[in-house]
This record gives sequence, structure tokens and C-alpha cells, in this order.
Amino acid sequence: MTPESTEPAGPAGPAGPAGPAGPAGPAETAGPPETAGPPETAGPATAGPATAGGGARTWLRERTELGVCVLLFALGVLVLADALTMTVDIAQRGPVGPRTVPFVIGGLFLLVAVLLAVDVLRGGRGEAEGGEDVDLDEGADWRTVLLLTGVFMATAVLIGPLGFPIAGALLFWGSAYALGSRHYGRDPLIAAGLSLFTYFVFDNLLGVPLPGGPLMGVL
Amino acid sequence: MDSLNSLIDGFGTALTPMNLLWAAIGVLLGTAIGVLPGIGPAMAVALLLPVTYGLDPTGAFIMFAGIYYGAMFGGSTTSILLNTPGESAAVVAAIEGNPMAKAGRGAQALAAAAIGHFAGGMIGTILLVVLAPTVASLAIGIGAPDYFAIMVLAFIAVTSVLGASRIRGIASLLIGLTIGLVGLDRMTGQQRLTFGSLHLADGVDVVIVAVGLFAIGEALWVAAHLRRSTGRPIPVGRPWLGRADLRRTWKPWLRGPVIGFPFGAIPAGGAEIPTFLSYVTEKRLSKHRDQFGKGAIEGVAGPEAAASASAAGTLVSMLTLGLPTTAVAAVMLAAFQQYGIQPGPLLFEREPELVWGLIASLFVGMVLLLALNLPLAPVWAKLLQIPRPYLYAGILFFAAVGAYAVGGESLDLVILLVIGLIGFGMRRYGLPVLPAVIGVILGPAAEQQLRRALQISDGSVTGLVNTPFSVTVYAIVVLIVAWPLIGRLIVRLRAGRKTAEESRTVSGG
Repeated sequence: MTPESTEPAGPAGPAGPAGPAGPAGPAETAGPPETAGPPETAGPATAGPATAGGGARTWLRERTELGVCVLLFALGVLVLADALTMTVDIAQRGPVGPRTVPFVIGGLFLLVAVLLAVDVLRGGRGEAEGGEDVDLDEGADWRTVLLLTGVFMATAVLIGPLGFPIAGALLFWGSAYALGSRHYGRDPLIAAGLSLFTYFVFDNLLGVPLPGGPLMGVL
Repeated sequence: MDSLNSLIDGFGTALTPMNLLWAAIGVLLGTAIGVLPGIGPAMAVALLLPVTYGLDPTGAFIMFAGIYYGAMFGGSTTSILLNTPGESAAVVAAIEGNPMAKAGRGAQALAAAAIGHFAGGMIGTILLVVLAPTVASLAIGIGAPDYFAIMVLAFIAVTSVLGASRIRGIASLLIGLTIGLVGLDRMTGQQRLTFGSLHLADGVDVVIVAVGLFAIGEALWVAAHLRRSTGRPIPVGRPWLGRADLRRTWKPWLRGPVIGFPFGAIPAGGAEIPTFLSYVTEKRLSKHRDQFGKGAIEGVAGPEAAASASAAGTLVSMLTLGLPTTAVAAVMLAAFQQYGIQPGPLLFEREPELVWGLIASLFVGMVLLLALNLPLAPVWAKLLQIPRPYLYAGILFFAAVGAYAVGGESLDLVILLVIGLIGFGMRRYGLPVLPAVIGVILGPAAEQQLRRALQISDGSVTGLVNTPFSVTVYAIVVLIVAWPLIGRLIVRLRAGRKTAEESRTVSGG
């Protein structure tokens, strides 16, 4: 398995990916789109030197998937680095130690990152997932995603001090608000009802404890 | 008729009031989930994992099985009345079912789908009863190298068969395997990818990964692209079938399961391919071929029966080999691991009460589903009007409850969100989610089996291929990997022959 993962690294890097890949690696995959890439692959599209800067930017925007390649590469480096810094001499049992599998996974990550980059440069695109409520014709609504992420993070912070009933209600109300619901009377009531109901079902009926917080202290 | 006796014992387990209640809750929840847009059965089972912490395993799995079958039933309702398939397996139902509903024959379409599911589920479950013990007894002597081979097969199949792009499937699998690495190495206690964090040393709980990828990732992804105008479901009465329709549907109901069951049992077969195959078959065999595309009832009956039968097929490989072939089976496997039960050939010997209770409850669930869905279809259709903000806020809410219930630590919520964002990115860039989940669930076990096998063979790689079973499995793996190459070769050969013939005719003429 190991040789399989290191050998075909040919197209991208001169050095074996296992060793000094750390600093050199990301630069390799990130490199083509910035400098060498546009004249080579998008050759017929670029008009002249004057529009080269803007052309490179749109070129990159159409290939944001290269960012995925960079992330995968970075993950591979991370896994390999973690395996390399392991001290294994303490309790090695059997011929295969705790480092082997991480080495294989890390190596495969580097390989997949490179192959995916090649695929993207050749014009391959990952197909965004459809769904019943998904409308892919319009651009992504980042504001909603950011709001939801913020609400969720706030819940993680507040669940300790405020307890589940309050934090859970805030999570539901905040999420519904972020998703576009504006019934200021109905939304909080539903949120509070759902949160309290869930708290009692989990705590009393299912035997899964959730923190009551100050509210339950009062009641 | 050993398995018949066991099945009768199983009915004894399944028909206790408590287990009947779980089966009923399961099919009700499952139908609701199938009808509701945005929630698939895998997400539902993942969200319910924490609920079952307080349950005995038998009750929990009876409920999960009810959800699995119920979601199949419910998914077709959405397809037919709204033309937006709730489950990928229900895509085909929309092709014929929705035109039927538009033409005022929605009640007949719903009935054909419901009875189709019933027939498919029944036939599939009977095949499960017949086949599963045999498969289990064949596989009973398998050891570490064989288990490792099966898991390699699962990895390869899930990345190669499903989805449009192999390389993206492999990337997804690697992400899952990496999450599975986090924590203490099970054999040496060595810390891996923990970065000194005590919390990460316990590893990332499978529940959090499954809920994060399926629920949070999905909710965020939908939130970014929420359809502002939701279609209006077509109003429908009580499902029923006339004699003329019955004459057209009974054969498709019986043919569908034959196509669906084997596809459910093979790795990454799932329900999409067999439903489509069944559709094509019915179209070819039908006397009313001109109606196809405009609302042919055979095109609803056959594929729906195939879908339910494939769910039963999935259970065969999950229970006998511990091999999950669909997302739901993967999450159910995680649930088995939570209870410390290892599905596999020994499951039928060690946990007969659980297995046969589960199988018997499938029959019970089928009857419950038919009784619930025929008269209640108009009520279920009302679920489609739930405001979308509440639906997705609810998903986020229950995901948070589930992740928090795992260990009562708010750090788990942060990990959940991070994994959810990974799931979001994967949906954006077309990385399939299923390989990642399979990687997390099977990865650690696969590593253990690999190391155990190599320990026995003293480090020699031949230790991985020294049984006929493992050699067979690897042969299948090679076939799957080489399939596109073989396909290309055949095309090229044909093309070559054609050009050769042409040149011959040219030179001859």
C-alpha cells in the first residue's frame, strides 16, 4: 500500500511527498492558478496583457475548487507531520505500529489533492448537491449561513451558564430568524415551548440529563 | 426450518407492548421524515441516536428499522404530490406519479406506491429471513484478513460506484478516515491528531460526525440556497385503486422486489439504481407504453416496490457481514457500535433475540405502514406546508440536543459545528458525504483488523490474502476498480471493429 501512495506523485512534485512536503507542497498546488496557469490552460481566452490581471482573477473565481485541493494537501501534510512526530518506541506491538495507517492516509491525501487539481485544471467540476428546498440557480446566501453559524456558536457558549431550556430556545428562535421568519410573537413562543418540552422528555422520560440552568433552579 | 422457529420467537419479542410501541413510533416518525423535505432517513436516525441512550438495543433497532421503511413510504408521497422527491430513491416515483396527480389520479398513484412499498418490503424481508442465516453461516469462520478485505471492499465500492467522480469520493473517504484517526490508538495507546487536547484524546464520537455531516451540513447548505417559492402540493383524497388499475399494477409490484433486493445487498448498491432499472423494465413490458412520462401507474408501482425491497437487502449485508451499503445502514452500524454489539456472522448466534426481534418487527412495521398510509395520506400531505424556517431551525436544534447529550460538553457543539461546516463545503464542491461517514465508522475497525492480520502473519503481506474468502473479495475489488478501464476497452474494441468493417467495405466496394 505504501509504495502505491508515493510512486505516482510524479505529475506534481519532484520530491517524495512523505518527506519535506510541508513547505514546498502547498506552493505547488497553489502555484499554477496564480502565475503559470492562465497563459497555459486558459490561453485562447485571455485577450492581452492589459486584461491579464482581471482575467487571472475571474480564472481563479471559476476554479475555487482549487482551494479544496489546497485544503486536502494541507490535511495530508498535517496527518503526515503528526505521524512523524509520534514517539513509537514505547509500546510497539506487532509489525504494524500506530504510524503506518496515518502515513498511508497522509500520502493518499497528497496524491488525491494533486489528482483533483489536475481534474479541475482540465475542466472537471464538482457538482453542487441539489435537494427539495435547494435552489441552485441563485448565488449562495452567505449572510444566512454566517448568522446561523453565529447563533450556533452562541448556543455552545451559553448552554453552560444559562442551561439548556434558555440556550435551546435562543438557538431555535435565532435560527428561525436567520432563515427569514419574522413572527415576533409566534417564533419565541414556539422556541420556548419546543425547548422546554425537549428538556423534560430527555431529562425525565429518556434518562438523558441536560443542564437545567438557573431557570430550572427557580421553578 | 430453523430460521422459521427463530422468526416465531422473534415475533414473540416484536409483539410485546413496548416493542410494538417503538415500532409504531418508528414508522410514524419515518413517514413524517420521508414526507418532510430536507430530512432524509440517515439524518433522522443520526438525530435519534442520543434519544436511544436510555433504551435497550432491541427497542432502539426496532424503531430505526421502522424509520427506514417509513421514510421510503413517505418519500413517495412528496414525490407524487409536489414533484420534489424527498429521498433519492423516490426520484423515479415523481416521473410518473406527479403527472398522475396533476391529472386527478393522485389517489391512485399514492395507493400504487403504498401497496408497492408493502409488497416490496414483505418480499424483501422474506428473502432476508431465508438468506441472512445462510450468509451468516457461510461467513462464520472468517478472521481478521477477511474482515479487512470486506472493509476495503466497502471503501472502494462507496467511492467508486456512487457519485459522479471517483477522485472526489476518495477525498471524502480520506476525510472520514482522518476523523477516525483522532484519539488514542486502540492497540498502543499512542495519541494521534489530538494536538495535546484531552478532549480529543477520547476521539470524535461517531454520533457527532454523523449528525454534523448529515444534519448541520445539510441545514446550512439548504439555508444558503433556500428556495423562496415553495411549490404547492396537489390536494388529494383517500388513496384507492380500481380494478383496471389493479390489473396493471400487480405484476410490477412483484417484479420490483426481484430487482431491488440484490442491489440493496451489494455494497453501494442503494435504491437509486434498482428503482431506475425497475422503471425501465416496466416501460418496456407495459402495454400502455405511450402513457409513460404522462402518468403510467406501472411506473409508480414497480420502482416503489424495488425501493423497499432494496432496504431489506441492505439489512442482509449489514446484519451478516457488518457491511453498510447505504447511509442509513452506516448510521445503524454506528448505533450497534454504541451498544458494544458487533454486527457480523456471529450476531445471529450471540444476539438471536435482537436480530429476530428486529426482523419480525419489519413485518409488523410493514402492516402498520400500510394501515397508516392508505387512510392518512391527505393528513401527511399537510406536513408539506410547514414553514421552512421552522423546519431547518428544528433540525439545528435537535442536532445540538443530540451532540450535547453525548457527553454534556459544550466543546462537542463546537466540534459539531466544525464538522457541519466541512459537510457544507463538501456539498458545495460535490464531495459525496457517504464515503466520509463510512470512513469514520469503519476506519478504526479496519485498521485494527489490518494490524491483527499482519501480527498473525508476522508482518508478511501474504497474511492479508491467505484465505479463499479474502482472495474472492479482493478479486471483486479489482473488478470494481478496473471496471471503467474495461468499459473503455470494450468501447474501443467495438469502435475498432466498426472502423475495420467500414474500411473493409470501403476497400471491397
